[in-house]
Amino acid sequence: MEKYYGWGLPIDISTHGYGIDRIIHIMHAAMALLFIGWFVFLIYVLFRFRARKHPVAIHDVKHFKFPTIVEVGVAVFEAILLAAFSFPIWVHLHDQLPSKEKALEVRVVAEQFAWNIHYPGRDGVFGRTDAKMMDAANPLGLDKADPAAADDVTTINQMHVPVDKPILAHLSAKDVIHSFYLPVMRIKQDAVPGQSIPVWFQAKATGDFEIACAQLCGLGHYRMKGYFVVDTPDKFDAWFLENEPKLLK
Amino acid sequence: MSGDSGIRYISHPHPVTGVTNSKLGIWCFLASEVMLFGGLFSAYILLRMGAASWPEGSAILNVPLATLNTMILITSSVTMVMSWASLALKDFKKYRWFMAVTILLGLAFLVVKGFEYAHKFEHHHTPSTNTFYAIYFTLTGLHGLHVLGGILVNTYFLFPGSALWKKDPDQFMGRIEAAGLYWHFVDLVWIFLFPVLYLL
Amino acid sequence: MSEHASHDLPFWRKYIFSTDHKVIGIQYLITGLLFLLFGFILMLILRWQLAYPGQPLPFIGHLFPESQMIGGIMLPEFYYQLGAMHGTIMVFLGVVPVAVGGFGNFVMPLQIGAPDMAFPKLNMMSYWLYFIGAVIMIASFFVPGGAAQSGWTSYPPLSNIASVGQTFWLVGMAFMINSSLLGSINFITTIIQLRAPGLTFNRLPFFVWAQFVTSFLLLLAFPPLMAASVMQLMDRVAHTSFFMPTGLVVNGALSSVSGGGSPLLWQHLFWFLAHPEVYVLILPAMGIVGEIIACNTRKPLYGYKALVYSVIYIGVLSFVVWAHHMFLTGMGTTMSAFFQVTTMIISIPSVVILTTFVLSLWGGSIRFSVPMLFALAFLPMFGVGGLTGLPLGLATADIHLHDTYYVIGHFHYVVAPGTLFALFAGVYYWFPKATGRMMSDKLGRIHFFLSFIFMNGIFLPMFIMGLAGVSRRLYDPTQFAHNLSTQPLNVVMSISAWLLGLSQIPFIINFFGSIFRGKKVDNNPWKATTLEWTAPSPPPHGNFATEPHVHRGPYEYSVPGAKQDFIPQSAPEGAR
Repeated sequence: MEKYYGWGLPIDISTHGYGIDRIIHIMHAAMALLFIGWFVFLIYVLFRFRARKHPVAIHDVKHFKFPTIVEVGVAVFEAILLAAFSFPIWVHLHDQLPSKEKALEVRVVAEQFAWNIHYPGRDGVFGRTDAKMMDAANPLGLDKADPAAADDVTTINQMHVPVDKPILAHLSAKDVIHSFYLPVMRIKQDAVPGQSIPVWFQAKATGDFEIACAQLCGLGHYRMKGYFVVDTPDKFDAWFLENEPKLLK
Repeated sequence: MSGDSGIRYISHPHPVTGVTNSKLGIWCFLASEVMLFGGLFSAYILLRMGAASWPEGSAILNVPLATLNTMILITSSVTMVMSWASLALKDFKKYRWFMAVTILLGLAFLVVKGFEYAHKFEHHHTPSTNTFYAIYFTLTGLHGLHVLGGILVNTYFLFPGSALWKKDPDQFMGRIEAAGLYWHFVDLVWIFLFPVLYLL
Repeated sequence: MSEHASHDLPFWRKYIFSTDHKVIGIQYLITGLLFLLFGFILMLILRWQLAYPGQPLPFIGHLFPESQMIGGIMLPEFYYQLGAMHGTIMVFLGVVPVAVGGFGNFVMPLQIGAPDMAFPKLNMMSYWLYFIGAVIMIASFFVPGGAAQSGWTSYPPLSNIASVGQTFWLVGMAFMINSSLLGSINFITTIIQLRAPGLTFNRLPFFVWAQFVTSFLLLLAFPPLMAASVMQLMDRVAHTSFFMPTGLVVNGALSSVSGGGSPLLWQHLFWFLAHPEVYVLILPAMGIVGEIIACNTRKPLYGYKALVYSVIYIGVLSFVVWAHHMFLTGMGTTMSAFFQVTTMIISIPSVVILTTFVLSLWGGSIRFSVPMLFALAFLPMFGVGGLTGLPLGLATADIHLHDTYYVIGHFHYVVAPGTLFALFAGVYYWFPKATGRMMSDKLGRIHFFLSFIFMNGIFLPMFIMGLAGVSRRLYDPTQFAHNLSTQPLNVVMSISAWLLGLSQIPFIINFFGSIFRGKKVDNNPWKATTLEWTAPSPPPHGNFATEPHVHRGPYEYSVPGAKQDFIPQSAPEGAR
C-alpha cells in the first residue's frame, strides 16, 4: 500500500480530484511567492536599518505605493481563485449529482466505530430500515419483511465499487458525527446523525484503499477503518454475486 | 472626581459621551444579554424549522396566566421608573415605596411562573418531553433567573445599598437608573418570549 | 488622590483580593502563564503516544493511575482527555487571560492615563470567576471517567454522551464566559470614559485600540456560546434533546431521548464564538507587537490609521465567517460561497496589518532588544499561520485539508509562535514597568533562539503531514496506511516539543529571578513615548502623581530637531 501514499498529496484516483489538487498547488505556489518575497524584504530591512549602521531613524517616511498594489493583487487573485476554481468544483460535487440510472447507489451508515455499507441490490431500491430493528446481527436495522430488502447487500467496513462508474453515496450516522474520508478519492464529508447527505465520486483506477473517519467520534475513532476496494466491473459483479443473500441464488 | 479612587465620571456624566461609567457599563452588559437571548432565540427558530411537528403554544401552555404575568412585569417596569423619578424629585420615601412594589411584583411574577411550572410537572411535561418543552423551560428558566437577579439587586438598593443616597445622591440615582435599564430589559425579553412561546 | 488608600490595606486585600488593576493584571498574567505551562505539559505527555504509539512512557509512565495509563502505556481515554484539555486550557485559561486579562489590565489603564479601571470591583470579580472556572476545569481530571474528551470543540452528540467530565467543562466554561463578560464591559467603559485629557481616539496607542476591539468581540461573541453551553448542560442534566436528533442508536441501544434536535446547531453557536475568539487571541498580540516595533525602530508606526481601520474591520467581519469551519457538514453551494467570500475578504486586513508592520521597519534605527526579537519573529510566524489559512478557507481545498494536521499547523502558527511570541515580547517589554527591574538580556536571547527553532520544529512538519492526509485527533496514527509514510515526522515534532519545554527553563528562571535580582532601572528604560512610561515603576495605587495631559500622538520618535529621539505623549506643547 505504501506506493499510494508518500510525502506529498496521496495519489488521486478520482475523476474530480485533479481540480482539488490543482487549487491546492496554485494556492501554495502563490503563498510561497508572497511569503518569500515578503521575507526577503524583511531580512533586507532588518539588515539595512540596524541601529549600528543607521543610528538616526527617519521620522517621516514617504508613502509606499507598492504594498497597495500587492494587496489589490492578492484580492484579485483570491477572487479569481474562488470564481474560477473553487466554486465550480463545489457545484460539481454538490449540485450535479449523477442520475440514479447511471450511478451505483449506496448507503453509508457510520457508527461507533464501523462503516455499514448498504447496497440496494438488483432492484435498485433500498429496503426499509428502522432504528428499532438495529442489533448486532442487523446493524443497519434492515426490515426483512420489506420486499425491497430481500436482495439488499450489506457489509461492514467493506466498500466495493466498480471503476469508471459514478458512485452516489448517501451518508448518515447512527450515533455521533463521523466523517467519511477517502484520501485517494479526495472525498471527505461529515456523516451527521439525523441527516442523509449525498456525496458522489467516480474512480478511474482500481486498487485497495482505506476509508478513514476524519471527525472525532469517540475512543475508537483512531481505528474506525474501512476497506475501500475499486474493482474492474467484472470483479465487482463477481464480488457482488458472492455477497448477495442466499435465497436469490 | 468622586471617592478616593480618583476614577472619574462615577456620579457625573462624561462631557463628551454624556453618560456615566455605570450607564455605559450597563448598556454594554445589555448588548451582551441581547446576544445571549439572541442565541437562544435563533436556536428556537432552527429547532422549529427542523421539526417534523411543532405543538401550538396556546394549546398546551396557560395563556391567561402568562398574560397576567405580562401585566405584572409591565406594571413593575412602570413602578421602577417611578422609583427613579421619585429620587429625581428628592423624595426618598416614595422611592422606597415604589421600589418595594417593584420587588413584590417581581416576586409575584416568579410565583405565577412557579404555578405554571408545577402544573406542567404534574402532567409530566418536563424539558425532556420534546424540543418545544426543552426550549420553553430553558428560555423561561433563564428569564426567571434574570428576574430573580433583578429582585436581588433591587432589594440591595432598597435596604443596605440605599445608604449611598445620603453620601452621593447622584451616584445613587445612577445606580437606580442602571438597575432600571436592566429591569426594563428583562421585561422586554418577556414581551418577546410571551408571543413566541405562548401564541405563535 | 489615593496614596493613603493602599498603605492601610492588609496583605490579602492588597495582593489577593485586590481591586487595583495592576495587581489584578499580574494575577491574571501569572495564573495564565502557569496554565500555559500546564496545558503545554499535557501536550508533552500526549506527544509521546504520537511519536511512539503503544510504547510505555519512560520514567514517569508508571506514576499515572490505571484509569490513565496501564504499565506506562497511555489509554485512548487519557489521550483524548489530554487533547481536549490542552486546547481548552491553552485558549481559555492561558492565552486569553494573559493577553487580555494580564496585559490589557496592567497596561491599558496606564496607557490611557487612568488611575484604574472604571469598575475595580468588577475587575476583581472577573479574575476570581476565571479562577473558579479554572479550578473546575482542572478538577475534572479527578472525576470518574476523567476530564472532557470530546475535543475542545465539544461537538454533540459525542459530548452529550460523554462522561461527567464534560459537565465540569461546561460549568467551567460558564464561569470563563462570565469572567470575560465582566472584563470586556470594564475595558470598553474604561477606554471610552477614562482617557486622560487630550488623549483623543486618534492619539490612542495601537495596543489600546487592539484591546478595545477585542473587548467588543468578547462582549458580543461569547454569549451565544453561553446559550449553547446552557443547552448542552440541559441535554446532559435534564435530558433534553437540543442537539440530539430522533432515532439515535448508541452502543446498539436505541436512545431514550425525545429527539428532534440538531447536532449542527451546536456547531453554529460554538463557531459564532470561536471564530471571533481567534481574533481575541491575535489582536492583543498585534497590539503588543505594534508598541514594541515603534519603540525599537525609534520611529512612528507606518500607517497608524490603516492599522486601526484594519483592526476594526477584522473585528466586524469576524462575526460573519464562522461557518468556514463547517464546510463539510453538508453545506449547500450558496452558503459555502458566502462564507468563502467573507473568509477571503477578512484575509485582506490581515495582509494590510502585516505589510504595515514590515514597512514600519523601513527607515528605522532598529534595536534588537529581546522584546524586539520576539516581536520581529511574530511577523513571519503570523505570516505563515495567516497564509495557510487561505487554502482552508477555500471550501474545495478544505475537502482534502479539513480536520488534518494542516489545520493544526495553521492555527498553531497563528497562536503559538505567533501570539505566544508576542506575549513573551510583552513580558520582557513591560517587566521593568511592573517591577522596576530588567529581565536578563542573555537569558532572554537564549530563550528566544531556542524557542524559535523548536517552535518551527513542531509546527512546520504539520503542513507536510496534513497535505499527506493525516487526520488530527488520532490516538494511534499508524492504524491507517496513509499515515505511515509521514509518521517519522511525529518523532521530529515530539522531540522538538520536549526541547521547547526545556527551552522555557531560562525564561522561568529569568522571570522569577529578575523580580528580586534584575538590574534596577528608571521609569522609562526603553525610552518610549506612551503614558505608562511616565508613571513610576512600579506604579503606585492610583498610577500617576498628577493626572497626565496628552499633547500629541503615541509614537513621536526621532522628531527632527528634538533634543532626544523621543517625545512623551504628555510632554508639554513646544517641548523639544
